[in-house]
Amino acid sequence: MAKLIRFIPLILFIALGTVLYRGLFLNPQALPSALIDQKMPRFNLTQLGNEKVNLSEKDLKGQVILLNVWGTWCVYCKYEHPYLVDIANSGRVALYGLNYKDDRQDAQQWLIDYEDPYQFSIFDPLGKLGIELGVTAAPETFVIDSKGIIRMKHVGPIDGDVWQAKFLPIIELIEKENGIARVK
Amino acid sequence: MGSLVLNKFILILVTVLLSFSAGAFISDTYTFKDEVTEKRYKSLVKDLRCPKCQNQNLADSNSAIATDLRREVYELLVQGKADVEIVDFMVKRYGEFVLYRPKVSSTTYVLWFGPAFLLLIGAIAVIVIVRRKPIKKAQTGLTAEQKQQLDHLLKDK
Amino acid sequence: MIPELGHFALIVAFAFAICLSIVPLIGVLTNHQKLTTYAKPLTFGMFSFTAISLIILGYCFVTDDFSVKYIAGHSNSHLPYYFKISAVWGGHEGSLLLWVFSLTAWTVAVAKFSKGIDEAFIARVLVILGMIAVGFMAFTLLTSNPFERLWPMVPSEGRDLNPLLQDIGLIIHPPMLYLGYVGFAVAFAFAIAALMCGKLDAAWARWARPWVIAAWICLTIGIALGSWWAYYELGWGGWWFWDPVENASFMPWLIGTALLHSLSVTEKRGMFRNWTVLLAIFAFSLSLLGTFLVRSGVITSVHSFAADPSRGIFILYLLAIAVGGSLTLYAFRASNVSSFSRFALFSRETALLVANIILVIAAVTVLLGTIYPLILDAAGLGKISVGAPYFNAVFIPIMSLLFLVMGIGPLIRWKKAKKGELRKQLTKPSVLSLILGITFPLLYGGEINLTATFGMTLAFWVSLVVLKEMLNQVKAKDGSFSFARLSLSQWGMTVAHLGIAVTITGITLVSTYEKEMSVKMVENGSVHVAGYDITFKGIKNVQGENYSAQQGQIEVHKQGEFISLLKPERRTYMVQTMGMTEAGIDAGFFRDVYVALGDPLPKGAWAVRVHYKPFIRWIWLGAIFMALGGVLAMLDKRYRAKKTAKNKKLKQDEVLQPENSVNEVLGSQS
Repeated sequence: MAKLIRFIPLILFIALGTVLYRGLFLNPQALPSALIDQKMPRFNLTQLGNEKVNLSEKDLKGQVILLNVWGTWCVYCKYEHPYLVDIANSGRVALYGLNYKDDRQDAQQWLIDYEDPYQFSIFDPLGKLGIELGVTAAPETFVIDSKGIIRMKHVGPIDGDVWQAKFLPIIELIEKENGIARVK
Repeated sequence: MGSLVLNKFILILVTVLLSFSAGAFISDTYTFKDEVTEKRYKSLVKDLRCPKCQNQNLADSNSAIATDLRREVYELLVQGKADVEIVDFMVKRYGEFVLYRPKVSSTTYVLWFGPAFLLLIGAIAVIVIVRRKPIKKAQTGLTAEQKQQLDHLLKDK
Repeated sequence: MIPELGHFALIVAFAFAICLSIVPLIGVLTNHQKLTTYAKPLTFGMFSFTAISLIILGYCFVTDDFSVKYIAGHSNSHLPYYFKISAVWGGHEGSLLLWVFSLTAWTVAVAKFSKGIDEAFIARVLVILGMIAVGFMAFTLLTSNPFERLWPMVPSEGRDLNPLLQDIGLIIHPPMLYLGYVGFAVAFAFAIAALMCGKLDAAWARWARPWVIAAWICLTIGIALGSWWAYYELGWGGWWFWDPVENASFMPWLIGTALLHSLSVTEKRGMFRNWTVLLAIFAFSLSLLGTFLVRSGVITSVHSFAADPSRGIFILYLLAIAVGGSLTLYAFRASNVSSFSRFALFSRETALLVANIILVIAAVTVLLGTIYPLILDAAGLGKISVGAPYFNAVFIPIMSLLFLVMGIGPLIRWKKAKKGELRKQLTKPSVLSLILGITFPLLYGGEINLTATFGMTLAFWVSLVVLKEMLNQVKAKDGSFSFARLSLSQWGMTVAHLGIAVTITGITLVSTYEKEMSVKMVENGSVHVAGYDITFKGIKNVQGENYSAQQGQIEVHKQGEFISLLKPERRTYMVQTMGMTEAGIDAGFFRDVYVALGDPLPKGAWAVRVHYKPFIRWIWLGAIFMALGGVLAMLDKRYRAKKTAKNKKLKQDEVLQPENSVNEVLGSQS
């Protein structure tokens, strides 16, 4: 009996070591969204392109909706921009923008300079909708289904690999739920 | 494969950039209607974690998101919300990650009750060790001759 | 060319380390006396070349050699020369070299200052230290080479040292801290050597204890320096954040404290031997764990180095070998001989046992809190955070229990307390500390305050008991006083425990009575904090060696009398243009007045944060006392090699040593 007690420290260490080993492959910075499977939050903000137009969550329409958080101050938004243009052009999803903590003039000019892939952009200068969505920076993109439920959040820019690995699976799932068969 | 490298790069870049938010500037100057509310504000922003920083609470971080969230806490307090409601507001949007005081739930029982449990085990261990039965006494008594030898050795330092 | 020399020197040191791990070991195992004697020369070689390597790195920094990748990343030609030197350990690779250097320094110290110890035993100790050096040098050379070059694109300027590190704190805190961390490797090596040759006795404890105390002193000062640095540098008056990296240094300290008390029992009574050995292994394991946590990217911290999981794997392997190996050795080789001594429930042994257990539980609690988010994440149970509120909630009660025991240990006899004596000894201190604890907040703050009373009662309790014991020792049976009767060991305990009381006082009072306000200040505007009038007298633009700053001119008055002019700054460094604040502090023995500048507001106003921090310096003053107590204990005559012992042969030494222990038990209380 006494002999076995001596092995306890070793056993505890092995357990700890396993946890630490697992930890090396995790990302302590990655924060999963708290809003998965929750309804898109309500909001009442103006449209970026036209301050007289008020928008609410009801204006986000489509079979599969992508809400992209962006800003002129955001470096990686420029990087993902061409991919967003492609995504918009494919017509498979409805792409909307959330202009986060930005200057209206600067943002409008940016879209003119670089091409506007969004159906419209919501103007959120104080980041209020951002807080409702648990946004901490840009770019971030939400996938929302036709019932207004948030299904996925991606932090960081979108590119080909990310699209294939993260977005396509959930998009296909939503389409299946909606009863749309995809030929391709 | 390329995006993995990119993600790692972003991570390092963000890490490096955010590491400078420590020791940066403080610019809120909120006024409160009474001391109690002010105390509540200070306590709340200390117990809430900045969701994007390198392990800082809302009070100490000067990143944009921390400033915004401090503003939210202030506004909610002014609206008369209770501490519990404000905490729930944050958790609902950012998850339990933003709580520096973890919730007591089935996943955190070990965390919260572990130390007390260990103290209990420790107390039991002390009692067991102290009350252990003494082992048979070793052969006692030295012969006179052995005593003399012992004295001799002891003197011989 | 020169960086390559530095690299080469490190490789040579590595070769010495490998030889050190093997040659004397063969000597010991095959009883070849000659091979064993190689241990000390090999140690000197290992140390010399590591020193050369470190000096060369420093030289490259000072001469702005930006072809070296590490230097380009952490230095700049405009950096003041003293920061260039300390920039050597400003990043991962260089700080690792510093770590390795500390290890070789301790190893050489063991080789030099071990005259009273059995040669074969010391050879084993040096072998173990050599093995650790092999591991860490391999890690440095293979994954974290500070001498790596940037060919062919050599930058003309460096990226500069992080502005937060351009401070005197960087010059002293890491070296001291590493000396502490690495110092416990010596205790570890002593433990392994003891397990290897089955020599787990009082003599071993007497050999090991000074080394443990030395490491403990360094770690105490290192942690205190870190706390002090964070306080004045970061700008919001905090001094401890329960950040994972801080916890990584605190855990070995707690176990180290348990170890040095446990060693005293083993030394004097021959008991707790297995426990002591296990603690020695535990202490260094926590040092290694700390190294892992800080450099692998597994946790998030403001203090961690830029993380790299591949480095993490290497360190994990080192940990597996060192800790796994030692714990396996322990499981098989721990002494089966039960100590012949018994002790009563009321005895110093029990008090020390209880203190030990509490300290270990405290360390385990800190460990649990630190890695709990990692555990849950690894198990797929979501992401949570464990921070200051948790640690304060669980740590304070545990330490309070410890402080209670600290009031009993110094006064109680070994083996069995005399009936009623304990009660007699403790009545006055307990009543007195309660009275003082309750009246203090009344006198100081003008009203009853339970938190202050709680803390102050404990502080008084700890100090009164240890002072009473000193008095007991000093008084002869005839009533005369003689301080000469006190051993250095007794002095050490008294001063160290007083240090704890001073720190408790600092922590209690600053937490209870501190005041803080964030206000908007206009030119000539004033705010009133804790009896002080803080007036904003405008901004001056100043220029430093490698930064420009807006310097606030803030006057501090008390009841009309001018106290000081504080100059908090908002700095913009030339290279890394991120801004930084420097607080303006009026430091005092009983309080700090602390001012930090925020952002400029419209119309020439500024956001200013003012702190009033009573007794905050006592926190670090207590640490100084603790370190001083350690020095005194370490210098106790029983640790210094007796001249006669040197000339006697091995066998006779072993006969003499246990006798000394017995004499000491019978002869004195301490």
